[in-house]
Amino acid sequence: MSIDEHKTKPAAAPAAAKSDVCPTKRKQLDLATVREQIEDTTGPEYWRSLEELAGSEEFQEMLHREFPKGASEWLDGFSRRGFLKTMGASLALAGLTGCTRMPNTEIVPYVRQPENVIPGRPKFYATSHTLGGYASPVLVESHLFRPTKIEGNPQHPASLGGTDVYAQASILDLYDPDRAQDITYLGDVRSWNAFISAISGPMMAEKSLAGGGVRILTQTVSSPTLAAQIRDYLAANPQAKWHVYEPINRDNVVEGAKLAFGEPVETRYDLSKADVIVSLDADFLYAGFPGSTRYTRDFAARRNPDANMNRLYVIESTPSSTGMKADHRLPIRAADILDFASNLHISLTAEIDSNTKFVSALVKDLQSHKGSSLIIAGDHQPPPVHALAHFINQELGNVGKTVFYSEPIDANPVNRAESLKALVDDMHAGKVDVLLILSGNPAYDAPAELELASLLKSPSVATKIYLGSHRNETAELCQWHVPEAHYLESWSDARAYDGTVSIIQPLIEPLYNGKSAHEIIAVLAGDSAATGHDLVQAYWQKQHTGADFDTFWRKSLHDGWVEGTTYAPKQAIAKGVGNENTPRSTTMMTITSPSRIAGTELNFRRDPSIYDGRFSNNGWLQELPKPLTKLTWDNPIMIGPAMAERLKLNFKDVAELEFNGKKVKGAVWIQAGHPDNSITVFLGYGRTRAGRVGSGAGFDVYPLRTSQAPWFADGAKLTATGETYNLASTQGYQTMETPDGSERPLVQERSLAEYKKEPNFAKKGEPRPDLTLYPGFDYSKEAYSWGMAIDLNSCVGCNNCIIACQSENNIAVVGREQTLKGRHMHWLRVDTYYNGPRENPKGFFQPLPCMQCENAPCELVCPVQATLHSSEGLNDMVYNRCVGTRYCSNNCPYKVRRFNFLLFQDWETPQFKLMRNPDVTVRSRGVMEKCTYCVQRISEARIDTETATVREGKEIKIGDDLQTACQQSCPANAIVFGNLNDPNSQVNKWKAQSRNYSLLGELNTRPRTTYLAEVRNPNPELEGS
Amino acid sequence: MQIFPRSSNAIARASLALVVLAVGGLGWVVLELERTPYITNAGVRKAQPVPFSHEHHVTGLGIDCRYCHTSVETSSFAGIPPTKTCINCHQQIWTNAAYLEPVRESYRTGHSLEWTRVNQLPDFVYFNHSIHINKGVGCNTCHGPIDHMPLTYQYASLQMEFCLDCHRNTEKYLRPRDQVFNMRYEPPVDDPLGKNAVAFNGKNYNNQIELGNALKEAYQVRSVKDITSCNTCHR
Repeated sequence: MSIDEHKTKPAAAPAAAKSDVCPTKRKQLDLATVREQIEDTTGPEYWRSLEELAGSEEFQEMLHREFPKGASEWLDGFSRRGFLKTMGASLALAGLTGCTRMPNTEIVPYVRQPENVIPGRPKFYATSHTLGGYASPVLVESHLFRPTKIEGNPQHPASLGGTDVYAQASILDLYDPDRAQDITYLGDVRSWNAFISAISGPMMAEKSLAGGGVRILTQTVSSPTLAAQIRDYLAANPQAKWHVYEPINRDNVVEGAKLAFGEPVETRYDLSKADVIVSLDADFLYAGFPGSTRYTRDFAARRNPDANMNRLYVIESTPSSTGMKADHRLPIRAADILDFASNLHISLTAEIDSNTKFVSALVKDLQSHKGSSLIIAGDHQPPPVHALAHFINQELGNVGKTVFYSEPIDANPVNRAESLKALVDDMHAGKVDVLLILSGNPAYDAPAELELASLLKSPSVATKIYLGSHRNETAELCQWHVPEAHYLESWSDARAYDGTVSIIQPLIEPLYNGKSAHEIIAVLAGDSAATGHDLVQAYWQKQHTGADFDTFWRKSLHDGWVEGTTYAPKQAIAKGVGNENTPRSTTMMTITSPSRIAGTELNFRRDPSIYDGRFSNNGWLQELPKPLTKLTWDNPIMIGPAMAERLKLNFKDVAELEFNGKKVKGAVWIQAGHPDNSITVFLGYGRTRAGRVGSGAGFDVYPLRTSQAPWFADGAKLTATGETYNLASTQGYQTMETPDGSERPLVQERSLAEYKKEPNFAKKGEPRPDLTLYPGFDYSKEAYSWGMAIDLNSCVGCNNCIIACQSENNIAVVGREQTLKGRHMHWLRVDTYYNGPRENPKGFFQPLPCMQCENAPCELVCPVQATLHSSEGLNDMVYNRCVGTRYCSNNCPYKVRRFNFLLFQDWETPQFKLMRNPDVTVRSRGVMEKCTYCVQRISEARIDTETATVREGKEIKIGDDLQTACQQSCPANAIVFGNLNDPNSQVNKWKAQSRNYSLLGELNTRPRTTYLAEVRNPNPELEGS
Repeated sequence: MQIFPRSSNAIARASLALVVLAVGGLGWVVLELERTPYITNAGVRKAQPVPFSHEHHVTGLGIDCRYCHTSVETSSFAGIPPTKTCINCHQQIWTNAAYLEPVRESYRTGHSLEWTRVNQLPDFVYFNHSIHINKGVGCNTCHGPIDHMPLTYQYASLQMEFCLDCHRNTEKYLRPRDQVFNMRYEPPVDDPLGKNAVAFNGKNYNNQIELGNALKEAYQVRSVKDITSCNTCHR
C-alpha cells in the first residue's frame, strides 16, 4: 500500500522519477543548459533558481506539486506492517476522540493584583535589543508579565515602528530551554553568594597589585552605565585592563575614520535626502548594519516612482538583498572594490574621464547630485575604502546633508583584533590572574592564529569567569560560569546608531537567576549587593541635572529613550585629500585592469540569519530562509556559476576549501550574481556546544579566519570531494505556475521611463470584474471588508515579516530534515525572483501571505467546510474542523497553505508555553493552517471599537492603526492592510495606484492581497549596457 | 429443498430496516451522550479550595458582580478576584472561620489560591466577556441562576450549539444594558396588562422579540451572517 498520492500529475512524470520518492536523489543540474537557456532566452523571463532556468525535470516536478516530492510520504523508516497496525488502532479509536472530557484546569488569581493590570489585555513596554553594541528600540507585548512579542518602537527615530529579524527573534532566546540555569564552578552548581565569596579572595589580592592581573574582556559596549562602571573600576585599579572583542566588528570603519579624520567618528546617513546612493559592498538594508531599520524606512520612502525616486548603485562582492534592490549592481571581488573606489575618487576629483562606462556614468550622476548623493562603504572593506568614501562624500558636498559625523557610540573604540591580541600576549606571558569574559564566545570565534581555546584550556590563567547565557564553547573552558540574564530580564542601557540612549528595562524576573554584566562588575568593585536597577538608575541620577529625577526616569522608561542624548552632528574635515595619506589616489586603476589578486578570493561574511553564531540556538532564525539562497539550517560554500562550471562543481556537491593550510568541507551553493573566482563562506555555523537546536548545524569557518584577513583574502583553493550533501533551501518549494498561454509574469517590473509611458502596465491580462456566473456577496453593506497591498518597490527582502508572523501566530519550527521535505510552516514566505544574466541578474522580492481570494479555490474543495469565507471577506481557517485532507492546499494556486504533517509544535516544554501568543490557537498534527490577516488582531480591534461605540454613544470605527504583524514589523512600510470599505483608508489609496496588480489575477481568484509593481530607476546612460 | 420458509423473507426485510434503525439509534445515543453533563460538565459542582457561595454573596449580601469580576466590561476575561479582595471584608468578619483558612493563608504567604475552573471552553474558542456585556447579554443568560448557587457550577452546556442559538437569534436574549448585572431581571412576557414590561429608551416593551430588535438596533449588533462567521470565535 502506498500512502496515497491523492493528486495525479498533470503531465505524465518521467518513469525514472516514479521510483524517486526521496527528493534527495535529484537529477544533477546542468549548468551548461543554464547558460544556453540564457543565451537563447528560451527560459522563463523571471526565474527563482538556476534549476528553473535550466528547465530541469526536477523543477517541473516541483511546479506541479502542492508539496515537494516526498513531503506527503512516510519516509521515517516505518514498515508497512507497523503502519497498518498503527492505522488500525487509530481508526478504531478515531471516533472516541470526540468524547474526551476536558480536564480540570486551575485559575490562579493574584494575591494582590498590581494596579492597572487587566487580565486578558496585553501591556506594552519600551526597551531595547542590542547587537554589536547598537540598540534597536523595541516595544514588548506582555501578557500578565510574560513577554510574548517584540515590536518596533514607533516613536523612536531609529525604529519608527520597524524592527529587524534579530530583535524580533530574540524573544525565543529568552525562553530557550538550553540556557544555562545555574552558576557553576567546574560544572558543579554553586550559589551566587558562593561565587561572591570565592572570588573575593583573588580580588583582594589583586587590589594590592592595583589590579595588575585583572583583565576584562567584553563585547562592544555602548552602555553608558557599564562603561562608567568599568572605567571606575579601572581608575581604582589602574593596572587592570579592559579588552574588547567581537568577531563581527567595525575595526575597518574606525580605522577608515582615523585615516580620513585622524580620530574615530561615527558616520550616519540620511537616506531620505539622498537621490543617488552608492554602496561599496555595504549591505545597509539588512539587519546587522547599524541603523539599517531607519535606513530601510528612508530608502523605501524614496522608491515611489510618482515622486522623486532615488537611484541605488551597489558594487558588491557577495550577492545581498541590498544588491538585488540596486538599479545598477556591479559584482566584483572584495579586493577590487578599493580600486573601484579610488578610480571613482580620481574620476570625480581630477575630472579625468574614466575608461569604464559604469564609472563614468556613475561619476556624471554623482556630479549632478552634489549634496544629495551618498557613498556608503561596507564594514568588511578595508580602511582605505572607508577613507575614500569620506573623501568622496566631502568632495560632493554631502557632509551635513546626507552624511553626518558624531561621537562614536562605542564606549571603547579600540581595534578589536589588536585588543584581543594584547590579551592573548599577556596570557602567554603569565600576566593574567583573573580573566573576566562578559558574554560573547571568544573560544569559538576568536581569530584562528591566537588559538584562544587551547590557551583557555591551559592553566595559564588562575581564575576564569564567564558570564554567558549558554554553556557554550567558552563556558566549558572557564571555571566559573555565571548565567547571563537576557535583556528582557535585566536592567541596562545602550545607544542606538544615532547615539540616542535607551534604558533597557526588564519585562520579567530572570527565569534562571541570571545576572547582568553590571552586577558582575559591581561584584568586582566590591559592591556585591548592587542590583542592575540601582546601578543604572544611580548612573542616570548623576547625569540628570534637572530637579525632578523621578519624572525624567519614568518618561525615559515610558518613551524608550533618554531625551537629549542623541549625538549632535559634529564637524569633521577629511584631512587626507591630496596628501600622501590618500590611499591609492595617485595610481589610476580601473576595474577592467587585471585584478589585484591572482588566485581565488575567500570572503567571510556574517550569516544573514544567525549572525556570528550567537543566534545558533534560535530555531526561528535557523529556519528563516536566508535572502537570495533561501537556505535554512546550513551554511554553504557560495560561488558563482562560471566558477562552478570551471571546477565542475554542482549543487549538493561537497567541496573542500583550503586556505592558509587549513581545510574545511562544505556543500557548494551556486549563486547567480556572485563574482567569479571568489568564494563566500558564512560565519556562525559548526557550533559544538550551541544547544539542541544549533549544535552540529553547518560547518565552522572560524578556523580559517585570522586577524590578518578577517573579511577576505587571496589564495583559497576549492576542490571537489565527490561527496554530496543536501542543503535545505526553500527556494524551489511552493513555486507558482502561470496558467497555460498566460504571458503575465509573477513579478511585474518596468523601468521608470517605461512606467511613465505606460503606467498601467501591470494590469494587462486581468479579468473583468464581472467575469463570474454567481452573484457576488455584497460587502458594501458590511462595516469592514479587509484587504492588503504590498509594494514590491519598497520591499527590500529583509525577512522581518516572516519572523514577525512566526512570533505572532505561534508557528512551529520543523527542523532541517522536515524542511528538506518541504514541510516548513512559515505562513508568509518571501519569494526571490531573478531576471537577466546569471552573472549579474536583477533580483526581486515578493512577500507572499495568503491572498484571501474572493473566489477562493481552497474553499470549494474542503469536504468539511473547515475553510470558509467570512462576511468581511476573510478566508477563514477553522483548525478544529480540519480533518487534514489537504485538498485545499492542493487547489491553492499560490501555495500558501501549510500542513502539520507531524506534531511540529512543542506542547511539552514549559518555557514555550509562556512564550506563545494566547490569542492564537496552537495547532496540532494533521491540521492545515495559513495566514488569516492576523484575525486575532482584527477581532480585538473590532471588539474594542464596538464596545466603545456602545459605551460612548458615538460611532467609532477601526482605522488604519490596526496593523497585521508583518505590516507592523516592516521597516520599509511595504505592506499596508486595512478596510476596503473605507474610501480614505491607506490600502484603498494604494490599490488605486496604477501599479496595483493581482498576482495570478488571470485565474479570476480575485485576491484581496494585491501588489504594487516594481519600477526601477536605471541610469539612462547605462540602460541596456 | 427449502431451508427457510417464505415468512423469513419478511424477517429479512424487517431486519434491514432494523439495522438502519439500530445504527441510527446508536448514532442518536452517541450524540445525546455528547450532550450529557458527563461530557459537558454542566451542573457539576467541582471541588474548590474554599466553598465559596455566590448565593450568599450575591443574593444574601447584594454584592455587585463587578466588585470581584473587575475586568468583565473591558476584557475578554471577567477576572477572578485576588485574595486581597476577599480579605477586604474577611479581615473584619468571619476572621476565624476554619474554611476561610486557605484565604488567610494565601494572604499571609503570598501564594495564590488555586481555584478549579468552572466555566471552561476549549482552547480553540475565544470568548470575550466585554463585547457580550456591552451589547446587553445578561450575566445569567449564560451563567444561569448564579445568585442561587451555594456552590458554583456551569449552567449551560457551553457547546457550540449553545453559542450559536443566541448568535442566530440575538433578539431572543438581549436586555437593556442597565439590566445586564441584574440577577432578578425577567424578560417581558406577552401580557396585555403590561405586567413585567421592560422599559427601554422611554418605551415599554411587552414582547421580548420587539425589545430584542430595538436593542439590536440601538447597540448595533451585527448581522447573523457577521456573528456566525467562523472567525468570530475561532482564530
